[in-house]
Amino acid sequence: MTTEYASAVAPVTAEAVESALTGFLAGRAGAPVEADQDLFASGLVSSMFAMQLVVHLEESYGIAIVGPELKLDNFRTVGAMARLVMRLREAAGEVNDG
Amino acid sequence: MGVGYAGHRLAVVGAGVMGTNITALAVGHGVPVVLVDVDEAVLSTAREAVRLKLRHAQLMGALPDGPHGELVTSVSLGDAADATAVIEAVTELPSVKAEVLAKVSATVRPGTLLVSNTSCIPIDELASSVLRPSELAGVHFMNPAYLIKPVEVIRGPRTDHRTMETVAGLLACLGRRGLVVRDGTGFVINRLLHPLINAAAMVVAEGIASAEVVDGLLEGCLGHSTGPLRTADLIGLDNLVDSLNVLYERTGEDSCRPCGLLLEKVRTGDLGRKSGQGFYDYGKVAS
Repeated sequence: MTTEYASAVAPVTAEAVESALTGFLAGRAGAPVEADQDLFASGLVSSMFAMQLVVHLEESYGIAIVGPELKLDNFRTVGAMARLVMRLREAAGEVNDG
Repeated sequence: MGVGYAGHRLAVVGAGVMGTNITALAVGHGVPVVLVDVDEAVLSTAREAVRLKLRHAQLMGALPDGPHGELVTSVSLGDAADATAVIEAVTELPSVKAEVLAKVSATVRPGTLLVSNTSCIPIDELASSVLRPSELAGVHFMNPAYLIKPVEVIRGPRTDHRTMETVAGLLACLGRRGLVVRDGTGFVINRLLHPLINAAAMVVAEGIASAEVVDGLLEGCLGHSTGPLRTADLIGLDNLVDSLNVLYERTGEDSCRPCGLLLEKVRTGDLGRKSGQGFYDYGKVAS
């Protein structure tokens, strides 16, 4: 998915989100993180830190993660989080365009 | 509304970490809550904390389907007068708890369940400050209360059968499972846990191992889901010292006397997760 958005900074793509998240998590956890690695099963992310990830994504990408999207499976891997960000940004873009 | 206790109206007194935890648990289970504290600024922070905790609970799949209960905040204990149950969650200082429970007892109708969320103070000691000691029980919720289902329920020597039944009904409504113990300083959990944390802090102070290694050993080798020093940061080191003092003053056991490192961290304001720094730095560590 490479849809581009008007933005003052680099375009937000799934790849860019994955790359930023991988860096963010590696810095916090002190260990490299793979895009498809189960962050909870590996013990890298606790239930307490999961909520910080929600807030981090909301603040970094201008999205609101609410309702049925606020579930652990959307945060289980870096890939899942990137897909969530792109899905919510697309949905918001459609609303704005409409 | 939960099964078996439709119509519950809960009052929570004290809007700190545990007060907001219990409030989020109740509101998330459809129970209306009046959250009381002495300070409007504290209540403003608490409303935001409850909102975040409800999101956290939803994220973890810990809430039932259905509408949330209404949350009202108040600086007046009088707004707790119509509650069906009052949970006291103020600072773990015997004199403060006794004073608040006395006021609550004088405010609510006879037959209203009174619960102290004390982590260490014997229920019978607190019962002496209320008008109807038979209506007071202890419920030691864990942190975070909305994620951990079991709770320690304390039956004081003067707590009556009807009160215990009401506690069970309330806990069923909140989706918690009560494990009932008899009264005593620290009950079961903190009689065991607090001296363990104190010893873990001493090990760090003596340079035998870092906090990460102490926790890593207990988590990895003994199967603790959260090591003692991460747990200490979650409890709040100031609250922990208060509880250790309660234990030490009543049991006289040296293992309960707060160690120098804990006292030093409290002095410098490193109170754990809530201040951003304790045994761990919450600006840097995934925890």
